[in-house]
This record gives sequence, structure tokens and C-alpha cells, in this order.
Amino acid sequence: MSGTFDVAIIGAGDVGAAIARELAAFDLSLVLIDSCDVGAGTSKANTAILHTGFDATPGTLESRLVARGHELLGAYAREVGIPLEATGAVLAAWNQAELDALPAIAAKARENGYASIAPLSSGELYDLEPRLGAGALGGLLIPGESIVCPWTAPLAWATEAASGGAALMRFTAVRNLGREESAWRLDTTAAEVRARWIVNAAGLHSDDLHTMAGYDGLAITPRRGELIVFDKLARPLLRHIVLPVPTAETKGVLVAPTVFGNVLLGPTAEDITDKSDTSCTAAGLAYLRGEGRRILPELLEHEVTATYAGLRAASGLGDYLLLADGARRYACAAGIRSTGLTAAMAIAEWLRDELARAGLPLRPRGEPLVPPRMPYIGEGAPRPFSDRSATEHGREYGQIVCFCERVTRGEIRDACAGPLPAADLDGVRRRTRALTGRCQGFYCAADVAAEIAAARGTAPAEPWWQP
Amino acid sequence: MAAVSATADVVIVGAGPAGLAAADGLARAGADVRVIEREQAAGGIPRHCEHGGFGLRDLRRSLTGPDYAARCAERAAAGGAEIMLGTQVTGWSADGALILAGARGPQTLAARAVLLATGCRERPRAARAIPGSRPRGVFTTGTLQRLVAAGERPVGHRAVIVGAEHVSYSALQTLRHGGARAAVMTTELDRAQTFAAVAAAARLLLRVPLLTRTAIAAVHGRGRVEAVDLLDLGGGGTQRVACDTVILTGDWIPEREVAQLAGVTLDRGTGGPRVDGEGRTDRVGLFAAGNILHGAEPADVAALEGRSVARSIGEYLGGAGWPARSAAIEVAPPLAWIVPNALPVLRDTRFKLRSSVAARRAEVRVEQAGRVIATARARGLAPGRGGRLAADWAGDAEPGEPLTITLASAATRRARAARA
Repeated sequence: MSGTFDVAIIGAGDVGAAIARELAAFDLSLVLIDSCDVGAGTSKANTAILHTGFDATPGTLESRLVARGHELLGAYAREVGIPLEATGAVLAAWNQAELDALPAIAAKARENGYASIAPLSSGELYDLEPRLGAGALGGLLIPGESIVCPWTAPLAWATEAASGGAALMRFTAVRNLGREESAWRLDTTAAEVRARWIVNAAGLHSDDLHTMAGYDGLAITPRRGELIVFDKLARPLLRHIVLPVPTAETKGVLVAPTVFGNVLLGPTAEDITDKSDTSCTAAGLAYLRGEGRRILPELLEHEVTATYAGLRAASGLGDYLLLADGARRYACAAGIRSTGLTAAMAIAEWLRDELARAGLPLRPRGEPLVPPRMPYIGEGAPRPFSDRSATEHGREYGQIVCFCERVTRGEIRDACAGPLPAADLDGVRRRTRALTGRCQGFYCAADVAAEIAAARGTAPAEPWWQP
Repeated sequence: MAAVSATADVVIVGAGPAGLAAADGLARAGADVRVIEREQAAGGIPRHCEHGGFGLRDLRRSLTGPDYAARCAERAAAGGAEIMLGTQVTGWSADGALILAGARGPQTLAARAVLLATGCRERPRAARAIPGSRPRGVFTTGTLQRLVAAGERPVGHRAVIVGAEHVSYSALQTLRHGGARAAVMTTELDRAQTFAAVAAAARLLLRVPLLTRTAIAAVHGRGRVEAVDLLDLGGGGTQRVACDTVILTGDWIPEREVAQLAGVTLDRGTGGPRVDGEGRTDRVGLFAAGNILHGAEPADVAALEGRSVARSIGEYLGGAGWPARSAAIEVAPPLAWIVPNALPVLRDTRFKLRSSVAARRAEVRVEQAGRVIATARARGLAPGRGGRLAADWAGDAEPGEPLTITLASAATRRARAARA
């Protein structure tokens, strides 16, 4: 890369991608850098819920930005085609102590500006969710909680940023930062990059980058959350997200439908030390099964489609760390934990204003950005296999390659093209939902790998049998 | 989506051994038959099985899997059945037609009778929820077969085979063809669930030890598998075994999505659709046969089931009625499942009966409405393979009343050993 960018955004997860999109609306040269693909770290493995922020700590930045982010992403999802279902959530109390805690939770929600929360008697709760386990004493209805596709969102933000001219350096790690007179020098695993400003959105690694930039006081602990995805046969068991009553020790385990028509159970919450250890554990899975059996007993009779673990970036600060330092032309969005997907667009908006105050010149670009239209991969609207007009664009939009998730060859080819082409099976998975179904790639992984190789003009670079 | 774009007498979903055998029989009897196959080739699972022994029971000869698959497809096509490749059933229309996806876009296909012959698959690692990291090198037998058939050499160097049933020993052979050595086989049961000679050959000739009462507790490795933890279910201890390949065998689950979309009752024991003695589900005109009913049986057994259900479908097309009432046949533990699992059954029906304990001969009680209507002898009960039960008592069963089968007494190997 030659020349000096105005801003280098390091980290292309939810937060970094949303910041890139936000800044792309201005007359700035941008580069978005990630050691992996867009949205391939913490952002790809979460509970996929669009939170209202009803249970945030009142007065925090997180409370405010989750509420604002809920509004922004809700609207953006409709605009660009991010799968989203406004299922609402019920919060269930399973004992007297939990029942006694409900009024305070409702009061906190109102303090957070969320007034739609409503108490539920035990009878009303079972009317809404008749398959719940026995013994729920009452609950709360939180109508605004929704389920959302976690994969499409960061891809949409990065696609929009790219359409505005932002450079994307994927699969490129930043090894070190240096200061020159008028710019930062980023020593990367690819080319050297110069940028007047840097934005640290490096998630789990934001503490390392913070230190490289000359700051201290930030330590990120990976908090591992294990989750179990159940078969689509389980989907009729529930209509809402079923939330637990949070306690001092834990936020607890939820059961939620997914926009792909599965049911999710999780997460666990375990602070670990290894920032790459996304293993599932016997204890974690056993704990989740126990909780699932209690909350929605029939769920445990269904097949497991997948287990996975995500690492949330916890800072111990009790709130987000958002700052823009005009003296050093450095900004940081760190410690976003588990609310990054919901809050990302609001974080970006907030940081935009902080950056402007710190001296980053923000002049609107000549032509406003047009939001992209993303391939729709949810269950809430027709997809190419079921759409009569799809094959008008080519027979490949009728040919199903991934039988379980009904993804056509045309969609897989599209995922391997465009401004953010998938580079590997995981990239195709997050763009199309191919390989995520019951057979976990048994039937289609070879075919998908061949499509990737054809698009890249290489021999299959990756063992196809391991999606 | 409302307009029906085509019609047929019979639509068969799945061009594996069961579906093709049924297609062959029905087409030769003069029916207009379409076979829907989502893959690009007909023949089903045997296409990937390079070893011989296919076709003994139905074709009276021994063929390799690919040859057998080709033969099945040729016979069906020669008989007049139309095989639609690259076509997947994605649902049912309101008026009962199948909704299909394929290169020509969505279509509907109405039929007087539909046969589900969608087979089964092995549970992949994810469905078994095995803890640990997610490195490359964990395969099902099916994936291993596809790898080796595609010329992958070596598929690994040192493998752990999880399971000790027929398919596990088939995996052992495939591993050898693929240039990998098996370090150990494991089973959670107390003995191998295959022919004694096969198990002995693996142990003695190939020197692959079998660890019984052993479960896989975790997978380790980054990039490629480096080791697995094996848990001793008896003693509770764990040992770490170095390996770069793990083969997960058996643990079958029916491919039941189309059945589920049809809204038919699924049997709790098998996970497949509930069928009576003539392969009828509880939806009028909808039949099921082959491994969708019970997990993997040899291909020729599935083909014979296809042949048999073709006769039932033929009778239905000829005007035979659909039973007004049907009732479940259920089993009590330690029996795991039975097929057929609904009444009515015929006196010459041969049940497949699966038990979670082994017994060469066992007596079962057949109970209906709290009354024992028969005691019968079951043979060859074992956790990983098929037992058999005759239905000569069927005439005494009340067709609309649920029926329960209970193990009354069993002569196990251990019991015989104790007597000796």
C-alpha cells in the first residue's frame, strides 16, 4: 500500500466494520485491517440476539449505545436484508428469589429507557411458551428483543465501506505500531501501512494494540461462552427468546430460536487465558444440557446440529472503553463483551463524534453511500431455491449444493466473488449458511471447496472434509 | 407455487438401493414412476463403498458398491422409471403435491402415492457433541470412504476408530486402503457388535486392539488432530491416545426431513417415520422403506424392503384401501426399537428388533390394553445389529389398539457362560 491513509481501522469484527461504514460516509481515505476475514472472530460466535439493553447497568455508555444500536441495526437490517425476526423475549423466574427479583429488573429496564417491559403471571408465561419446563412462577415480557443473523451484519458494513472506497486488508495481522512525524506506521504481515489516525477495534487483542500505541490500563480477558445448536425439528418448541433471571454470579443460560430455524442453548461464561481457545468442554456442555432440560425439557430430545464456543472480550472496566485522543490521533473501542453486534452502529456513531471533536476532519463525501443489498440467508423471506424468478439469473440459482440449508450454486459463486470474496469454507459458511446444517458438510464440502478454488483460480487449498 | 407442474402415479424420494428397487418393481408393473434424487448420481451410499459383497441377497451375486449402485440405477431406468437427478424435495404444497427445487427452478409434482426412501447417515462429530477443539482429521466412515474413493493418500497416519460394529470394521479396511494405520478401536459396549470372526481378525491379524466400555471424551489438536482422550466407562479413568485421525462410525440417524415436512408421526425409537407392516405411514398415500426406517442395514436388505413396499404400493394404486385406524407398536427398555412400528401387520411380517443388551434368544411379551396376547421368540438381539421377531401372533392383535413389546427373558452369552 502506498501513500498515507487518513484512518486505519484495526479489527474487522462487528465494531470495526461498523466504524468503517460510518467513516466511509465522509471524505476520508480508509483502510480496514484484520488478521482474518470480516466478522470471523468473536463476532461470528455469539447468541445472535438484537438486545434492547433492558438489563444493562443504567447510566453506562453500554446501556445508552445498546438501546441506540438496537434502533439503528433494526432499521439497517430491513434496509440491506440482514435476517431479523422480532420474536420478543420472555424472562422466566423459576423460584421465589427469582420471582422477587422481577420488579427490580422491570424498574431497571425503565431506568434504561425501555418502557415496554411487562410482567407475566405464571399462567401468562405458559400461554406464551407452553413447552417451558414445570415450575416457572412468573416472568417478564420484553417485546423488543429480537433474533438476528450475526454473520450478515459485519459483512454488510464492510461491503458498504468498500463501496465507498475503503481499502480492505483481510488476512493481515498488525505486528507492531510505530510513530512517525505525521502518521502511524503499521508493521503488518503484508505491506507496511501508514495512516494519520488509527482506530483500535481489535476485540480480544485490543489490549495488545493499546499497549503498542503507547497506552496502558487495558487488559482483555477472553470470556468463553459455549453454545449448543439444536436441529430444526426443535424450532416449533418455542416462539420467544427465553431468558433467565440474571444473578450476581452469572447472566445465565438462554434458549433462543435462530434466524436459520434452529434453536440455540447457551452460553456458558468462563474466564480463560488463551485468546484462541474456542474448545468446548465436557463440563460446559453438560451444564448447558442440564439447564436446557430444566428450561425446555423437550429440547433435549432433539438432535444436536453443532456445538461452538465464542470468546467475548471482557475488560473488567464495567463499561465500554471508547476514546479518541486528538494528541496522538488514536481512537479505541474496546471491552465490548457480548453486546457488540447490537451496539456496533451506535458505537460507530459515538466514536465518529468523538473523532470529530478530537480533530479528525469530517466532510461529507460528494455522493452519499448506497447501502448494499445483501444475499438473504434467513427463514423469513424466499431464498433462491424457492423463488421462481431466481433461475432467470441462471440455472445455478436453482441447483442446491448444500442440501441441509438449501443453498444454491449461484449463491455460493456470489459468495466467492464481489468486494469481500470468501476465501475458505468458513467464509462461505458465514455468507451463505452452507455447511451449517445437519450433515455439517458431509454432502457439500467438496463441492463448495471446488467452487472456492475455481473462483480463486487455485487448486483446492484446504482439505474439503473439514468445514 | 400453486399450479401443479407435473403428475405421476408414484414419486419415490431417494435413488438409493431401496428407492431404486421399488422404482424398478413399480415401473415394470406399468406405473408411471419418478425418482427424485438430490445428488448428481443415482445409487446412494454404495457408490462410495469400494469393497465387494453387495447384491448377495437381491441379485444373487457379489458386486462392488459402485457396480451395485450402477446396476440398481440401470435396472430402474430400464424398467421405465424416470430418475430426476439434482432435484430436491423442499416441501409439500397445500394440496399434497411435492415441491421440488432444481436447475429449472421450483416445481410441484403430484402423485397418487409417494415413497420416502431417503436413507440414513452417520451422526457427524457435531451431532455427537464431543468436547475439545475442532481440528481437521475427524471423519465419519462416509467421509472417509469419499476421501479414499477420491484418491486421497494417505488419509492420515494413525487413527482411532470409534465404534465396533459392522461399519466400524469396514472403516478399518477403508483406512488401510487409504494408507493409514488404526491404533485402536473403541466401543462403549462390552463387546464388538459384528461377526466374531471379523472382530478376531482385526484384533489378531491386524493387531488393532479393541477397548470395550470406552467412550471418546475429547479431541485435542490445532490444525490437525493430535490426540483423543478415551474414558473408561467402568473404572472412570481417562487416557490420552496420540493420533492424527479419528473415525466416527455407526450411530445412524434417518434422513427424515421430507417425512417431517409431511407431518407424519415419527417413531421415538428409530427416529424415522412410523410405518405399519406394509410400509404405510399415517398420511394417506405416503409410504416409507429402507434405511430411513431403522438406520443402516446392508444395501441389499434395503433393496428387498424396496421390492416389498413396491407390492404394497401396487395394491394401493389398484384400489386397496388405507387403514382407517392405526396404532403404535412400542417397545420397553432394554429393547430400543422395532420396525414396523405400527399396526396392522401381516402374519408373515418379519420385525427388525433392536435391543440395548445382547441375547441370542429371548422371549418377548406382546401386550395390548393390559393383556398379554402372545409370547414370542426373538433372535439375534444386539445393540449394534439387527434382531428378528416373527409376527405369527398378528392375527390376535386388535388393529386400532397400541401394542407394547417387552423383553421377558433373555439368554445372554454371560448367562450361558455362568451356567457352563
